[in-house]
Amino acid sequence: MGGWLLQAFNGLSLGSILLMISLGLAFSFGLMKVINMAHGEFIMLGAYVTYVFQNNFATMLGGLDLGLWFLISIPVAFIVTGLLGILLEISLIRFLYGRPLDTLLATWGVGLVLQQATRSIFGAPNVQVVSPAWLSGGFMILDITLPYKRLFIIAVVLVAIAVIYIHLNYTASGRRLRAVMQNREMASCLGVASRQVDATTFGLGAGLAGVAGCVLTLIGPIGPSIGTHYIVDAFMVVVLGGTGGLVGTVLAAFLIGIANTSLEFATTATLAKVLVFGLIIAFLQWRPSGLVVQTAR
Amino acid sequence: MTLNVISRKIRWFTLLVVMSFLAACGGAAQPTAAPAAEVADGDTIKVGILHSLSGTMSISEVSVRDATLLAIEEINAAGGILGKKLVPVVEDGASDWPTFAEKAGKLLKEDKVAVIFGCWTSASRKAVLPVVEQNNGLLFYPVQYEGLEQSPNIFYTGAEPTQQIIPGVEYLLSQKKTNIYLLGSDYVFPRTANTIIKAQLAAKGATLAGEEYLPLGGTEFSTIISKIQAAKPDAIFSTLNGDSNVAFFKQFKDAGFTPETLPVLSVSVAEEEVRGIGADNIAGHLVAWNYYQTTDTPENKTFVAAYKKAYGEDRVTDDPIEAGYFGVYLWKAMVEKAGKVDVDAVRAAAKSNEISFNAPEGLVKVDGESQHTWKTVRIGKVRADGLIDEVFSSKEPVKPDPFLKGYEWAKDLAAAMGKK
Repeated sequence: MGGWLLQAFNGLSLGSILLMISLGLAFSFGLMKVINMAHGEFIMLGAYVTYVFQNNFATMLGGLDLGLWFLISIPVAFIVTGLLGILLEISLIRFLYGRPLDTLLATWGVGLVLQQATRSIFGAPNVQVVSPAWLSGGFMILDITLPYKRLFIIAVVLVAIAVIYIHLNYTASGRRLRAVMQNREMASCLGVASRQVDATTFGLGAGLAGVAGCVLTLIGPIGPSIGTHYIVDAFMVVVLGGTGGLVGTVLAAFLIGIANTSLEFATTATLAKVLVFGLIIAFLQWRPSGLVVQTAR
Repeated sequence: MTLNVISRKIRWFTLLVVMSFLAACGGAAQPTAAPAAEVADGDTIKVGILHSLSGTMSISEVSVRDATLLAIEEINAAGGILGKKLVPVVEDGASDWPTFAEKAGKLLKEDKVAVIFGCWTSASRKAVLPVVEQNNGLLFYPVQYEGLEQSPNIFYTGAEPTQQIIPGVEYLLSQKKTNIYLLGSDYVFPRTANTIIKAQLAAKGATLAGEEYLPLGGTEFSTIISKIQAAKPDAIFSTLNGDSNVAFFKQFKDAGFTPETLPVLSVSVAEEEVRGIGADNIAGHLVAWNYYQTTDTPENKTFVAAYKKAYGEDRVTDDPIEAGYFGVYLWKAMVEKAGKVDVDAVRAAAKSNEISFNAPEGLVKVDGESQHTWKTVRIGKVRADGLIDEVFSSKEPVKPDPFLKGYEWAKDLAAAMGKK
């Protein structure tokens, strides 16, 4: 009984982590059709922002253990990587709209530059981010332990989804974003500054990657090349979800998370990964546009 | 209109050029030495250094390059070898095995280096092996590995299984931990190591609690930890490599495990890796190596001080760093015995079994037959400050036995795997 419950929780937890790393990509790739290979590097930058923030401000904000610095570093990571995303959009991406393959090559190059820059500044070895004391340990239920860090990540994802949902549906800028993504010409005709919207949308995607990088310091490594561990999973989620909107991404993340952990429990980690890939390919053969398709009117 | 398109294309092209230039700058790191002089022409001897300075393996290999360069500087400061100064030629293997082979060829054929110090992963060593054999070059390999290999053109300064893995398992068994769980990354070293360990466990009457592999670079351990919980082992023997270690120890601790309830013995976690994992996540767990920064020898005090002075107070030394360092001195001893840098002469000098050096880890001696190194085995426990305390030592250097000839239970195993 406990074992099953734990496996269900593991599935949810992996799903939330997958959703965290792919939310940003749902904007840059899902909505803007930019094959953003630098997405993993924005996650990495988010992790390093957290690291720098910890080194400089943790003592000022009540010490490492109190963890106030960690909560604040989440929006800081969002802002810093978001601004970098906007900078990238203005300097490079905007010249490449409508040419997905070119965006792939260019952003891949950007990713390499960011990796090597990080390596030059912070050194090649991994660095350490200390987790707040109140996140260590776990919640005991029946005979199993649910780690607080994983519960925290699930909570952050829920908050992020809620904020994005409200932003897209109930704010003027969110509505402008949807208008531009659905019909650029028509939106421009109606006076929406589409170029500005492009920049902020890409920035929003990068910022969400930064948040992912920040919270993933809790359970993962922090090094210059960690982005490469996440990029494939992120694309897998967004492609399976369909490029219509966030519902598909959310569904896909939890489906893959639960499928991966159950298959891994039954077989091995490597085989589970192969099976999940196989299932996704089979599914895309049947429905090439993914789980949720936005119908254009 | 057309002009506009063209100018846009030009801009795009310029950007691409600038970007690739930047990437190249970052990757190349060290300028290569002037392409004058033959191997030992005039007053200099060229030596190659081939490590990943970019890509995923640079996490570990950059520090080894630093240690090798330190040894070269020290030797030069003391007058060089045979009165000649060493000139290092540094190449970046870029964590990519074909690149390793290509750069090794470049070092041997174009730069005509007398020796190459380099490689980390077994995959990179196996890529370089045919190149050094065809060109009759020389490679000094500084990392512990899975054994069962012996090339006339490679000297192995890291441990083979009988100097690290097998004593590690024996230590666990001596601590009454007889139900062992094997956890590793999914590639050649962990799979081979675990095949050896399984034979050893069977021969010693211990049991295998389970065996799991995670794809290299994987960071999600929740399911594997559930499986470990269900298997209830006495100890875990970990051959996880790279970033996965960080994720594993963070998640393992959160799942409620402590070193007292379930100790983990790792063979690929040293002082350098502990910094990335976070000492509080791994304190109390065990590791198996031949050297720690805390190893108590006068040579080590000098080495640690020199390394920190050269590269910064916050840097740490560990086993592969130390092996990358003393490898240069072993080669120096061979060259001085041979009287020249010629590869055949150097190898013949090693055959004498008289090549040794007082390394930071203690006396290391080259075994002329296997071209491996006699090394002292040390089991360590990670401290709260990230350094490692020795809890067991073989006291004496252990004779290398890469084909496990001295182990009755490994007879069939070595034969079967040697064939592959």
